[in-house]
Amino acid sequence: MTVNPSGWRPEAPSNDTDAAPTTFTGNKALMLEEALLFEIGSIDRTGVDLPEPPRVASRLNGLERNRTIGLPGLSEPEAVRHYTRLSRQNYGIDLGFFPLGSCTMKHNPRLNEKMARLPGFADLHPLTPVDGTQGALALIHLVGEWLKTLTGMPGIAMSPKAGAHGELCGLLAIRAAHEAQGDARTTILVPESAHGTNPATAAFAGYAVESIPATAEGRVDLDALKAKLGTHVAGVMITNPNTCGLFERDMIAIADAIHAVGAYLYCDGANFNAIVGSVRPGDLGVDAMHINLHKTFSTPHGGGGPGSGPVVFSEALAPFAPLPFVEQHGDKYVLVEEETVAEEHHEKAFGRMVAFHGQMGMFVRAAAYMMSHGADGLRQVSEDAVLSANYILRSLDDVLEAPFGASGPCMHEALFSDDGMAEGFTTLDIAKGLIDEGFHPMTMYFPLVVHGAMLIEPTETESKAALDQFIGALRSVAERAKAGDPALKAAPIHAPRRRLDETAAARKPVLVYKDPPLASAAE
Amino acid sequence: MRYLPLQPEDRQAMLGVIGAGSVDDLFVDVPASARLDGPIRDLPMHQSEQVVERQLTALARKNQAAGDQPFFLGAGAYRHHVPASVDHIIQRGEFLTSYTPYQPEIAQGTLQALFEFQTQVARLFGCDVANASMYDGSTACWEAIVMARRITKRGKAILSGGLHPHYVSVCKTMARFTGDQLLTSLPSLDGSAEKEMAKLIAAVDSETSCVVVQNPGILGRIADLSELAAACHAKGALLVAVVTEPVSLGLIKSPGEMGADIVVGEGQSIGVGLNFGGPYVGLFACADKHVRQMPGRLAGETVDAAGQRGFVLTLSTREQHIRREKATSNICTNSGLCALAFTVHMTLLGEKGLRDLATLNHALAVEAAEVLTKVPGVELCSDSFFNEFTLKLPEAARPVVRAMAEKGVLGGVSLGRLYPGVEALEKGLIVAVTETTTHEDVQALAAALEEALA
Repeated sequence: MTVNPSGWRPEAPSNDTDAAPTTFTGNKALMLEEALLFEIGSIDRTGVDLPEPPRVASRLNGLERNRTIGLPGLSEPEAVRHYTRLSRQNYGIDLGFFPLGSCTMKHNPRLNEKMARLPGFADLHPLTPVDGTQGALALIHLVGEWLKTLTGMPGIAMSPKAGAHGELCGLLAIRAAHEAQGDARTTILVPESAHGTNPATAAFAGYAVESIPATAEGRVDLDALKAKLGTHVAGVMITNPNTCGLFERDMIAIADAIHAVGAYLYCDGANFNAIVGSVRPGDLGVDAMHINLHKTFSTPHGGGGPGSGPVVFSEALAPFAPLPFVEQHGDKYVLVEEETVAEEHHEKAFGRMVAFHGQMGMFVRAAAYMMSHGADGLRQVSEDAVLSANYILRSLDDVLEAPFGASGPCMHEALFSDDGMAEGFTTLDIAKGLIDEGFHPMTMYFPLVVHGAMLIEPTETESKAALDQFIGALRSVAERAKAGDPALKAAPIHAPRRRLDETAAARKPVLVYKDPPLASAAE
Repeated sequence: MRYLPLQPEDRQAMLGVIGAGSVDDLFVDVPASARLDGPIRDLPMHQSEQVVERQLTALARKNQAAGDQPFFLGAGAYRHHVPASVDHIIQRGEFLTSYTPYQPEIAQGTLQALFEFQTQVARLFGCDVANASMYDGSTACWEAIVMARRITKRGKAILSGGLHPHYVSVCKTMARFTGDQLLTSLPSLDGSAEKEMAKLIAAVDSETSCVVVQNPGILGRIADLSELAAACHAKGALLVAVVTEPVSLGLIKSPGEMGADIVVGEGQSIGVGLNFGGPYVGLFACADKHVRQMPGRLAGETVDAAGQRGFVLTLSTREQHIRREKATSNICTNSGLCALAFTVHMTLLGEKGLRDLATLNHALAVEAAEVLTKVPGVELCSDSFFNEFTLKLPEAARPVVRAMAEKGVLGGVSLGRLYPGVEALEKGLIVAVTETTTHEDVQALAAALEEALA
């Protein structure tokens, strides 16, 4: 494949005149092409100045590197321009509406960034003697108290690194609780509509996974669940509100049925934004739930992370929460690590999930967000998120099929299917059409229980004008898909790239840059 | 409520379109007993930006920030100077506020940066390929053990005594639930890298899935992994190498070069900062032939419909959103933005900068070791080291560290903190020296140590 080797001049001929750049550079005004670092940098160029090191006798045990590593550098102006140009090929919330269902792409306040960069938090080593970390431990404790209060649950583990890691934490606590009673259970039940992380986590924790069907109205089938329950079931993972955007009406009955066989109810808290400040999961019988701070509490997604996934626990599971954790003793904060376990009677803690203490930088951001909103603001968050989703659902259900539209109001996500599109037109075409309209598409093909699912989560941080513009754009694209507009199959045509060939990428993976033979010979 | 754009009249108009009388009608599916009737009590109400800033700044001031005094802490988290432009780039909204690049046509910035990251990590570690990041070094380490189990279909992993004790704890915690067998041991103050290698070589057998070895080890010693790699391969086992200080690879041979099959690490020291332990960035690299057993996301090169080069997430049939319970891992969100910080910093360094940085770190550490071993009763335990070494004090190190901290010197990490209750290690003090350390800092540490031991 010799596509664009220099990075400057796209060379592959195309029959499609829309696609062929007509400029010398391949740039289109503000849309700038950018080569790979490995095509523009060199190994003797650098963007840092360092002092001359003192001369010493090496203590490296004779293991000095004697070959070129192959790490090109750039001067600072080149590096800043390289990554700034790349940034402009990205869509972000700062730029526009990002209704990715299940992902809660809400505005990321810059106060949060500023606070996380205070030297007392950002330049603090995790193994600093605890007397010198009282402010940091107080902050972790503070965020934990907020989360416990908001969920109505008494226990917490702050260390999990992201949502899926939180799921793992919850399931390990469940497993430890069963094992403490000599009860070796084997199975976790997961609804068909669950996030992929749920079954993957259950398997990672060493459990067998069985799935529970949904009812025609998009909720957990309580009778089917009861039929699957037994003393082999360790726990059930329920997402509430669920991935169809609906509240599990029978949640209390579900919890009772699960508890009746001695199993635990794990709640996937990815959709907590729909109920934060309005409903406490602890009042629904939940035993463990992770909270994605990068969703509900607005720590930025950063192109795929970092996240943070603290887990709240019921009374029954709280003693099994992993190390480390923070406790308040009078006006002092104590970090409970391995050595304090016995003396503090935390011997049920199931172990340690990470080096150090979790995502401190994310805790600071979440704290700034919670304190800014307060109890009243967070309640308004869930109300506005739910209102906005219902507004989208009812503004578009005449043009798009809403499979559960008759089930009543949705929560914070509106779900549509690709029913009624012209032959050969799919959800993918609608998504790519939205890109040309200047929007990030909704979540596609998830949940799996709906054909060609389009899951739209507007969040509470969009104005009515922004929602109206999106509704107009999606209506227009959906009408084109229904009419079978062939131009839609070519979308996007205005993005930095046309549709990318994912099949080719997977068939013959190119995962790292390989220097062309000539260049490496010249080195 | 400055983050909420909807106005009362907007809400009324929207309810009209929905056909609902009030927002309460939209929560009709919530059992009445669980719907709160007002803001949760016991929590404060909303506050201005200025008030929040004041409160959080007050908390931040109660911490001993590394830059405020002579500072020598390491043991898996290192303080390096991060160029200002790194933070500028990662705060650009297009990177900061973007999502996992599921729509590649409008995520080429993230995808190309990840492709660059993967290439940098693979080359640094001496491996064919690297993934788009893990949570951190400790979780990457466990994932490597799970991956080795899948490849070798064996369930016994041997962990070197030089592996960071928190990493060992994470693996032990997980193994307790998955049924993997782990052989662990403690480091020794009077050991050597060679003795540790010999011990591991003797332990590898035909039931071993992998040997996990950290280089440099927790006490700072640097080992030649070549013979261990050969011993592993002779028994059909894999060698997993762990790197907690990637700057070291500017100067010492990469684990891949020495025969490691999977190399994982903590990328924090390049671009990310200390952050009291997180977020950090897990690095994960391996040989081409094992790529389909790898956990985590991968960016790959392809072409678009017009023939232009572009990048996508690829080989996702390994991952949870496709394979569910058969996935190679449950990881979804990783450390994207920290990976970007790593890549921007590494690009600013370049090979020359990385080598110079590593040389400077090593030279300053050698000098510091010479000064500190002149303190009466203090011995050097690391026969070899990069920018971190272990001292043996004449008494338990943990109280000494606390006493020095009270006098304004953060003098290192005591082994008592890392290995509570292990008497044979309690006199050990791990001292890290980087380009941020000055000669005055070293003198201050020597004086503080002498005073504390007097």
